[in-house]
Amino acid sequence: MFDSLSEGLQSAFKSLRGKGKLTEGNMREGLDIVQRSLLEADVSYPVVQEFMGHVNERAMGKKVLLSLRPEEELVRIVHSELVSILGPVDPSIHLKKEGPTIIMLCGLQGSGKTTTCGKLSQLLKEQNITPTLVAADLQRPAAIEQLKVVGEQVGVPVYTEPDNKNPVEVCKNGVAKAKADGSRVVILDTAGRLAIDEELMGELQRIDNKVGPDQVYLVVDGMTGQDAVNSADAFNKALELDGVIMTKLDGDARGGALLSVKHVTGVPIKFIGTGEHLDALEPFRPEGMAGRILQM
Amino acid sequence: DEGRLVDDEFLGELFAKLIRTDMGAGPAEELRDEVAKQYRGRKVQLNDVIESITEQTRTMLRQDEAPLNLGDPPSVILVVGVNGSGKTTSIGKVAHFLTTSGKKVVLGAGDTFRAAAVQQLTIWSERIGCDIVTGKQGADPASVAFQTVDKALQSGADVAIIDTAGRLQTQSNLMQELEKIRRVVEKKLGREPDEVLLVLDATAGQNALSQAKGFSEAAGCTGIVLAKLDGSARGGVILPIRRQFSLPVKFVGLGEGIEDIAKFDADSFAKALFAD
Ligand SMILES: Nc1nc2c(ncn2[C@@H]2O[C@H](COP(=O)(O)OP(=O)(O)OP(=O)(O)O)[C@@H](O)[C@H]2O)c(=O)[nH]1
Ligand SMILES: Nc1nc2c(ncn2[C@@H]2O[C@H](COP(=O)(O)OP(=O)(O)OP(=O)(O)O)[C@@H](O)[C@H]2O)c(=O)[nH]1
Ligand SMILES: [K+]
Ligand SMILES: [Mg+2]
Ligand SMILES: [Mg+2]
Repeated sequence: MFDSLSEGLQSAFKSLRGKGKLTEGNMREGLDIVQRSLLEADVSYPVVQEFMGHVNERAMGKKVLLSLRPEEELVRIVHSELVSILGPVDPSIHLKKEGPTIIMLCGLQGSGKTTTCGKLSQLLKEQNITPTLVAADLQRPAAIEQLKVVGEQVGVPVYTEPDNKNPVEVCKNGVAKAKADGSRVVILDTAGRLAIDEELMGELQRIDNKVGPDQVYLVVDGMTGQDAVNSADAFNKALELDGVIMTKLDGDARGGALLSVKHVTGVPIKFIGTGEHLDALEPFRPEGMAGRILQM
Repeated sequence: DEGRLVDDEFLGELFAKLIRTDMGAGPAEELRDEVAKQYRGRKVQLNDVIESITEQTRTMLRQDEAPLNLGDPPSVILVVGVNGSGKTTSIGKVAHFLTTSGKKVVLGAGDTFRAAAVQQLTIWSERIGCDIVTGKQGADPASVAFQTVDKALQSGADVAIIDTAGRLQTQSNLMQELEKIRRVVEKKLGREPDEVLLVLDATAGQNALSQAKGFSEAAGCTGIVLAKLDGSARGGVILPIRRQFSLPVKFVGLGEGIEDIAKFDADSFAKALFAD
C-alpha cells in the first residue's frame, strides 16, 4: 500500500537493523526520510518542521521502537497525522434559507478560478439550483468572454457589464440582479491577483465589504511551491476565507502546498479540480490527499 | 562582529533559506552540507555564506547574451506549458518586445480549446498592432500552426509566435498533439522551429521539473519563460531544471502589462533568490 515513502524507510531501517537494535538515535534517519518526502511534495518548510514535531513525538513513543516493523508503523503515524491535519471533511456548499447565497472565488493569477466557477455551477445544477455567475474580472483580456462561454456550457446566466471598470460595482449590481431574478446562488469570478499587490488586495476587500459574500473560497493551483504559505496567509488575512479548492490535481503534482494552505488558514478544503472539463470537480478526501502527498 | 558559529542551528537557518526558493530538498541539502564541511565549528557571517552561494548560482545560470535565437525570417517560436502558467500573456509581451525592436510579428492562436483563448490572444494582437491567425473553437491546432507559418511566409513577417493550449505533461494524447504541431511547423518551414519556449509559473514548486522533462520530450524545448516572478515566489526550481535539462531561462514575466517582461539576468535573479 505505502509504496515509495515506505520503500525508502524500509531500506533505511534495514541498514539500521543490521547495526543492532533500533534506538531513538537511529530513528532519526527514518524521520529525515519523511521530512525529505514532504519537502519534495512542496509542503512549505515551516509547516514541515511543525508537522515533524508532532510525528517525532508520536514516533519516539514506545510504539514505533517496539513494533515488529517500525517502518510500517512510522508510515502509519505520518499518514494519520496528515489525514487529521487535512480534515475535517466538508464538501458541501452551505446555502442560506432566505435570499441568495453569495460565493466569491479568489486567488492568484491562473489558479483556475473561472473554470471552477463553471464546475461549481455544474454541481449546483445537479442539485436543481441554477446559480448566476458574475464576471468581476475586468482585467485579464477576454476574461468576461471566457466566463460567458463557461456559463453557456453549463447553462447558467452570466451577469456582465463590459464597460464598467469598477469590479465592486459590478459585483453589487450582479448580486442585485440575481436577487431580483430569484437566484439562490451567486458566484463572483474575481480577477487573479498577487497576494503582495496591495492595491488589488484592497479592491478584493472592498468587494468583500460592500457585497458581503457568504462563502469566500481560495482557489489554489496544485503545482504551487513553497510560497503557498505566504499567499494563502495574505488572502486569509484580507478576507477571512471559508474554504479552499485545489485545482490541477489530474497531473503528477503531489500537492503538498495544500498542507501549507490548510496550516495557515485552518479553513476546510472543499473540492479538488481534476481536469479542464466542467465536471472535473471532486469532493475533498483527506486520505487520498495524504497518500498523494506521501506518494504512496 | 566576529560572526556566528556554524552549528546545527546555523545550518538549519541556512537550509530554510534555501528551501524557500523552491530549489528542492536535494540541491538545498547539497549546498548546506558543503557549508557544513567547510565551516562547521568555525565562526562566519551568514551574509558571507549567502553571498558565496549567490555567486555560485550566478555562475551556474549565466548564459549567452541573446535571449532568442532567431534564424532566417520568418523565425518561428512555439510556446508551450501547463494550464494557466502564463503562455498567452508572455506571447503578448514577447511579441511587443520584438515589434518595438523593429520586427514584423504574426501571432498564431493555436489554443482552440480553452474558452475565449482566441479572443484573449486577439486582444493582445490589437494592443501590439500585429497580425494574428485564428481558427474556430475546437479546430485542429496543428492546422492553425500551419496557417500561421504560411501567413508569415506570405506576408514577409520576421517572426511567427504560436500559442498552444495549456496541458499537463502527464496527458499523453495532448503531448502527442504538441509533437504533431511541431512536425507540421517543421514541414511547412523546412526546418525546426527556432525556439520552443516552455512557460513556467514562478510560483510552481517541484512539479516544474516534471514539466520541463515532459514538455522537452514532446516538444523539444529550447528555453524557458519564467512568468509571474513579480510575486513573492522566487522561482528557484529553475536551478535543478538548468542542471538536469540544461534549459536556459530566456525571459522573466514581471506583471500583466505589455511591458512587464525582461531578459533573464542571472545576477539579479540570483540576488533576489536569497534575499530576505
Ligand atoms: N488540468 C487542469 N486544468 C485546469 C483545472 N482547473 C483549471 N484548469 C485550467 O487552468 C487554466 C487557467 O484556468 P482559469 O479558470 O482561466 O484560471 P483563473 O484563475 O480564472 O485565471 P485568471 O482569471 O487569469 O487569474 C485553464 O487552462 C483551465 O482550463 C484542473 O483542475 N485541471
Ligand atoms: N502577475 C503576473 N501575472 C501574470 C504574468 N504572466 C501572466 N499572468 C497572468 O496569469 C494569468 C494566466 O495567464 P495566461 O497568459 O492566460 O496563461 P496561459 O498559460 O496562456 O493559460 P492557459 O492558456 O489557460 O493554459 C492571467 O491572469 C495573466 O494576466 C506575470 O508575469 N505576472
Ligand atoms: K519574486
Ligand atoms: Mg479567471
Ligand atoms: Mg493561454
